[in-house]
Amino acid sequence: MTQSNADQPDANHVIELHEVWKTYRMGSQDVHALAGVSLTIERGSFWAISGASGSGKSTMLNLLGCLDRPSKGRYALEGQDTATTSDDELSDLRLKHLGFVFQSFNLIAQLTVQENIELPLFYQGVDAKVAAQKACDIAERVGLSDRLSHRPTELSGGQQQRVAIARALSNNPSVLLADEPTGNLDTATGDSIMKLLTELHEQGKTIMMVTHEPEIANHAQYQLVMRDGKIESVTQNPRFSAAVVTA
Amino acid sequence: MMSSRFIRNVRLGIKTLLLHKMRSILTMLGMVFGVGAVIAMLAVGEGASKQALDQIRRLGSQNIIINSQKPIGQASSGSMQVRMNIYGLLYDDLTRIEQSFSTIERTVPAKLIRGQGRVAGRTLELRLVGTTPNWFELVSRDLLVGRVMTDLDIKNNASVVVLTEHGARKLLVGQTTIGSQVLINQGYFTVVGVIKSESTQSGTMQTPDQEIDAYIPLNVAIERFGDMAVTRSSGSRSRELIELHQLIVQVDSINNVESTAAGIERMLSNFHPKGDYRMSVPLALLRQAKATQRTFNIVLGSIAGISLLIGGIGIMNIMLASVTERTREIGVRRAIGARRKQIIGQFLIETVVLSVTGGFIGIGIGILIPWLITMFADMPTVVTLWSVLLSVVISIGVGVIFGMYPAMRAANLDPIVALRHE
Repeated sequence: MTQSNADQPDANHVIELHEVWKTYRMGSQDVHALAGVSLTIERGSFWAISGASGSGKSTMLNLLGCLDRPSKGRYALEGQDTATTSDDELSDLRLKHLGFVFQSFNLIAQLTVQENIELPLFYQGVDAKVAAQKACDIAERVGLSDRLSHRPTELSGGQQQRVAIARALSNNPSVLLADEPTGNLDTATGDSIMKLLTELHEQGKTIMMVTHEPEIANHAQYQLVMRDGKIESVTQNPRFSAAVVTA
Repeated sequence: MMSSRFIRNVRLGIKTLLLHKMRSILTMLGMVFGVGAVIAMLAVGEGASKQALDQIRRLGSQNIIINSQKPIGQASSGSMQVRMNIYGLLYDDLTRIEQSFSTIERTVPAKLIRGQGRVAGRTLELRLVGTTPNWFELVSRDLLVGRVMTDLDIKNNASVVVLTEHGARKLLVGQTTIGSQVLINQGYFTVVGVIKSESTQSGTMQTPDQEIDAYIPLNVAIERFGDMAVTRSSGSRSRELIELHQLIVQVDSINNVESTAAGIERMLSNFHPKGDYRMSVPLALLRQAKATQRTFNIVLGSIAGISLLIGGIGIMNIMLASVTERTREIGVRRAIGARRKQIIGQFLIETVVLSVTGGFIGIGIGILIPWLITMFADMPTVVTLWSVLLSVVISIGVGVIFGMYPAMRAANLDPIVALRHE
């Protein structure tokens, strides 16, 4: 899975962005959603990305999530360059290395909680029994063991987001990508979700979270602020001490 | 592994469709009625044609049947007038035909005389058939008891009669069958055998035998009853002089039937300028019936094709709506890591499940309707296996063809756009 790479031998770098540009053509004008972003994410770090709307944070997340390819520059996920990959290869990268958590949970209504959690394993072709066992373990980890046979619509918002997190974890991804994970939740529920994410971070998960709420961003180890397609600042949360910042 | 994933996909498809039961049922209706109509119509058509073909086949596809017929314009008219009509096939015709064609296997001449059978006070209207032993080879029917006519009977001018099951039952109740004497038109005949009759009639075609037949040797018929027949109707008497009423020619092979028939026609028309005979060739009728059936099948096929096309378009329409409705779900699946192919597979399976379920219900209806028709309208119907198998194949085909476009549309959605879809 981890390729030996002559340029970047450091297997501890989950994500490497080097001079990444994303350019859209709007009529006769080129719009740079990302204008030369370089960033290295170490395994096990917890990042909060914020910025005004139009700052490029959504584009950044799409790119990090392998839903899009950079127009220019290099993005390597687990040492694998995404610039020249086919659509199927991008799908495989997402399936193998990434887990998504969305603002609006995005659970599939016709599936039970367990089936939602198993979904990545289903696409990986994991044996049904193995997948079921894994789903049970993860559900327990997020505190939903007793809801496995429920439908998403029978759950509260907080519970739904826990299912979404469980689903994102089931393929044991290198990076967990969260897009405003507390945006649709009340403060107390939001806090409990942040507590869960913090726990996951403590257990060694790499987490990239987009949020516009400072209190939420405050849970992260690093706060990255985007502006006009560029990284404006990276600050280390003083609560976390020993870590190296690279920007 | 692959197959287990396929099964899970099918189960998921069914589950998704069950989420909107009413919509799924309405979507399937086109397929249900399309397939149902196809099978039912084919069953009715097949039943009708099978009946017709059976009847024609019973006439013998190697046979040419020539009947004497009163020529047009020579109908006896005028009241109280006694006229004599002389027409029909001649004994000479038989000889001529037999000698002129090498393709003829055997010929069966027949004199058909109205008569009355009488045994111990019981009477029965009979059709006396004066014929040769060939009759029984050409019109082969089960022999129930005794024997059929033999060459010896002809040679001996024997006054023997072969009855049908119907005749024997009416005349010979309580009598010993073989050896009984039957009084027919003032002459005694000895019963030598009883055969089954399979008389049926459809339109102008009739089997050579009837259930009121009594078969006697041709020469005995000529000797006893002559060629004159007198018919009385409402005061007027008309006499008819006919040598042979019917001549059946059996050709040695099916390939020679039509050329032989044409030859006989040419020859007879020379000797019978009045056209006092009628020829029918069951093989030609069989061909015609088959051609009719083919036309019928093409018409049915077109109707079926159109109804299935409409059914398919209905399914496609709903699936396109479903893709739009589930754009977000598609985005999520893609984000999780589903390949385009897997999205196509998912939607294709849903469409095929819909069309095949509709198809199976349609097959049920298509079998039920002909059954009801047979039950209540007493029409023969035949549900053929191939029409059912074809329906299954077509159902799958419709699902794949009309599911492909919506599925491709789903798969080609940009996951980023799909995820943002409200």
